[in-house]
Amino acid sequence: MTTNSKADVIVVGLGWAGSLMAEELTRAGLNVVAIDRGPWIDTSTHTPPAVDPDELRWGIRKELFSPPKDNTLTFRNTLDQTAVPQRDFGIFELGGGVGGAGFHWAGMAWRFNPYDFEIRSKTIERYGIDRAEDGELQLQDWGITYDELEPFYDRWERIAGISGKAGNLNGEKIEGGNVLEGPRSRDYPTPPLKTLRSMEVFNEATERMGYHPFTIPVANISQAYVNPLGVSMGACSYCGFCLGFGCGNFSKSSPQACIFPALMRRSNFRLLTESCVTRVNKAPDGQTVTGVTYVDAHGKEHVQEGDIVCITAFQIDSTRLMLLSGIGQPYDPRDQSGVVGRNFSFQTVSGVDMWIEGEQMNPFIGAGGLGSQIDDFNADNFDHSDLDFLHGAGMLTLARDGMPISKANKLPQGSPRWGSGFKQAYKDHYQTYTTIFNQGSSMPIKHGYLDLDPNYKDKFGQPLLRLTYDYSQSDRNMAKFTMDRSIEIAKEMGAQHITPFNFADKPFTTSIIASDHVIGGTPMGADPRTSVVNPYLQSWDCHNLFICSASVFPMNSGYNPTETVGALAIRTAQAIHQQYIQNPGALVKV
Amino acid sequence: MANYKKISTRILVLGAVVIVAVGFWASRSSNTERNAVADDNVALADFRSTDIEAIQRGEYVMRTADCAACHTQGKNNMAGGYPLATPFGTLVSSNITPDRDTGIGQMTERDFFNAVRNGQGSKGFLYPAMPYTAYANLTDQDMHDLWAYMSTVTPVNHAIDENSAMAFPYNIRLAMLGWNMLFFDNKAFDGDADGADRGRYLVDAGGHCSVCHSPRNALGAEKSDHYLQGGQLGSWYAPDITSNPHVGIGDVSVEDLAEYLGTGTNGQATAAGPMAEAVEHSLQYMSEDDLMAIASYLKSVPASKTKAHTALDASLPSMKRGALAYEVNCAACHGVEGEGMGELAPALAGNHALQGEPNNAIRALMVGARAAATHTKLTGAGMPSFAWKMNDQQIKDVLDYVRNSWGNAAQPVTPEQIERIRVGMQARDKMIDGY
Repeated sequence: MTTNSKADVIVVGLGWAGSLMAEELTRAGLNVVAIDRGPWIDTSTHTPPAVDPDELRWGIRKELFSPPKDNTLTFRNTLDQTAVPQRDFGIFELGGGVGGAGFHWAGMAWRFNPYDFEIRSKTIERYGIDRAEDGELQLQDWGITYDELEPFYDRWERIAGISGKAGNLNGEKIEGGNVLEGPRSRDYPTPPLKTLRSMEVFNEATERMGYHPFTIPVANISQAYVNPLGVSMGACSYCGFCLGFGCGNFSKSSPQACIFPALMRRSNFRLLTESCVTRVNKAPDGQTVTGVTYVDAHGKEHVQEGDIVCITAFQIDSTRLMLLSGIGQPYDPRDQSGVVGRNFSFQTVSGVDMWIEGEQMNPFIGAGGLGSQIDDFNADNFDHSDLDFLHGAGMLTLARDGMPISKANKLPQGSPRWGSGFKQAYKDHYQTYTTIFNQGSSMPIKHGYLDLDPNYKDKFGQPLLRLTYDYSQSDRNMAKFTMDRSIEIAKEMGAQHITPFNFADKPFTTSIIASDHVIGGTPMGADPRTSVVNPYLQSWDCHNLFICSASVFPMNSGYNPTETVGALAIRTAQAIHQQYIQNPGALVKV
Repeated sequence: MANYKKISTRILVLGAVVIVAVGFWASRSSNTERNAVADDNVALADFRSTDIEAIQRGEYVMRTADCAACHTQGKNNMAGGYPLATPFGTLVSSNITPDRDTGIGQMTERDFFNAVRNGQGSKGFLYPAMPYTAYANLTDQDMHDLWAYMSTVTPVNHAIDENSAMAFPYNIRLAMLGWNMLFFDNKAFDGDADGADRGRYLVDAGGHCSVCHSPRNALGAEKSDHYLQGGQLGSWYAPDITSNPHVGIGDVSVEDLAEYLGTGTNGQATAAGPMAEAVEHSLQYMSEDDLMAIASYLKSVPASKTKAHTALDASLPSMKRGALAYEVNCAACHGVEGEGMGELAPALAGNHALQGEPNNAIRALMVGARAAATHTKLTGAGMPSFAWKMNDQQIKDVLDYVRNSWGNAAQPVTPEQIERIRVGMQARDKMIDGY
């Protein structure tokens, strides 16, 4: 065991959250050490344009991901079952190197809806307490409002160069943008991507139906751009090799493309790669933490001391690290006491696959996050008084990619699955296929939680994380409702073949990919009895410990989590160097 | 037998050099009298300047002379160990930290002047890979300031054997005496280094631009009548930077040139390879005024004789093949019309360096390249390698196309030029031929 020289701040995991925080904190003059379990990965070297578009290597074999043999969890639906390990890729796709999942993500760049942050208060206000407390749901506010987070959403969009069109500028509704979004202080830094054919068909149909389609804001940026850190990006070439891939064109926003060029050259920043943090070390009095213990690539254990520790790992790892370190009281679903592990949620996905004869979608033109969406059935944008669920889904059509291997499975029901019949069917339907994907919200529930598994251990001999979860009835009803709406839209789009899908019409399982967006475990909030961190993401137990990860979300919305993680990271980092450093202690008094 | 021949030729050459050297023993090439302005009593290891302004000026001189580029390998500033491949063998840069045993700690200021301006070091004559041929132009004031700065460098104990990997007879330092007789112009700068001739001073003294950008003769000396007209530098080619409007910088504005030098790119020219190092270690630290002075001076350098070519006919089958390959592989970043992608990927249309000697274009396409990353332009984007994806003919087609489209015009690339780089760079062959 060796001890490194002490740092001002230790960042555990150098993905979006870690690199945003490290950038803010080093710019403020603090010495930052980032520790990442993955190797160095770089856009130009590892995924240049001549190597990137390889579906077999990156899309099917998923070479950029951390495989389950290295990082996984165990799973059960209910308390009376014995959890077993997830042995294939499923509900999460962990990054295999620095940059985390932010390197291989698709690139949808969403802000959450104002309703999300105050979901408990606003639900009670509009529908009464019985809807918020139905015996199963465990709704809680975030302790922060959309308006408080808005400047940090804006900052993240500038750093990432996001392409889109505002639909609500300071309350003024703008045609063509998402008129149902929360008010934004200014427009996106780069204009939206082109409207591709599947989007056109979707837009026309949904407009006829009285909905409000718009182009999804994306991190696959539309033109050359220099971000506020001075880092250059290039325009997206619509190659479509985004989800699961690196971007050699410097067009997909990632820590590598947007932050590392500025961060890596700072002399007060240090990065330890292939080093896995196994525990956060508490001071003897338990009031603060002293640093972390990590294991390097040779299996050697080290201690890194620091004045401040920021856990910026992926959701499951952030939660697990808290449990392994014994910080905060673990959650008990039987009496809802304790907090660590609480409020796990996934997303409740349904939708349709469809085939429109005579169409030429040209799916090989695409971008990871590109598509059209309606938010008419998302958040609380519609009246739930007579409905048997809360929240909803972002209903979108994707113009993401035309990957020949994975698309081979997208054939109408009854199509031959092998031989010349299959080939003919694939030839007939490759150009006519499109989809509506309902990225459904998920409400936290009393029996959905994370704890340490009593049976299974990882390669370091530490217990795996155990997930106990099944969809709430509210989520199931929502998925069915939005699936029915998507069938109506598909018909309006002129589809002859429609295959609906609904992941929530059967028991939840970790082996589905669905949306990849898992949240919760260390929820944020204003009440230490129901949250692990305060609204500045500061641990209620140890004031020099911060957690920035989707694990702090107390519920999951009908949007991707990345931008909200990014905005929270910037806000927390600023709170650290503007407030905490001057006066170390709890930033929120109870 | 061939080896014997080579060695005996070398001995003959050496003999000739020594004879000439002896003949001019007292000539001015080894005269260091003008260095008498420097102190000859205090060793660097015993000296630490307290003149903050001199130290700062000295650091700036160090930047303009780019000392760190060659004398730093890894993390130890100025501790040497950087290998320099020359046609005569590999030299290793020396430790110039004030360390008494392995660095230059025992040198006095006078010794330091002798080494930097005259190529006479503590172990004997220096090799002209150390550009004392250019540094001879450094003014007394800049040398005093540089000395003040050197006293602040942290001593590092790092023993270096500079010339053990040099081939016989070039491993004999005394041979450089003869070389100096023949090629070293031992005299002070003849203009106003801080005024009207600032640009020329920076180019010819600290900047030592001609060391790479002028071609060399068989004995490794710059051809003075081809000043800045381009030279081979290992696997790279340092392009023509005279005012030639076709392949040089004659058609580039002073502002664009200064932007390129100070940041690594102006959207058209993009520094890579050794020039990226020059920009990163040296040029980006220079003041706006100095960069403009350099650019203005370069534009005044008489043009090389390279003439404009006539563009290849776009209807040639090879040009059509090149156009298709360009659209498929290159256009996403370099633009459908060769217009480039902002600061990220250079424009090819109107790119002068692209239309000259094709060495760097072949090299970049074959094994990739990385742009300079500077304080103002941080990204340092990468050009991917296409060796695995294109055979020599396809590389020729696409290069002939970009060198002869959108107003560009250049000689067709030859298969020999491509073959030389594929072999020299040990680039792989195309993975699967036939498509």
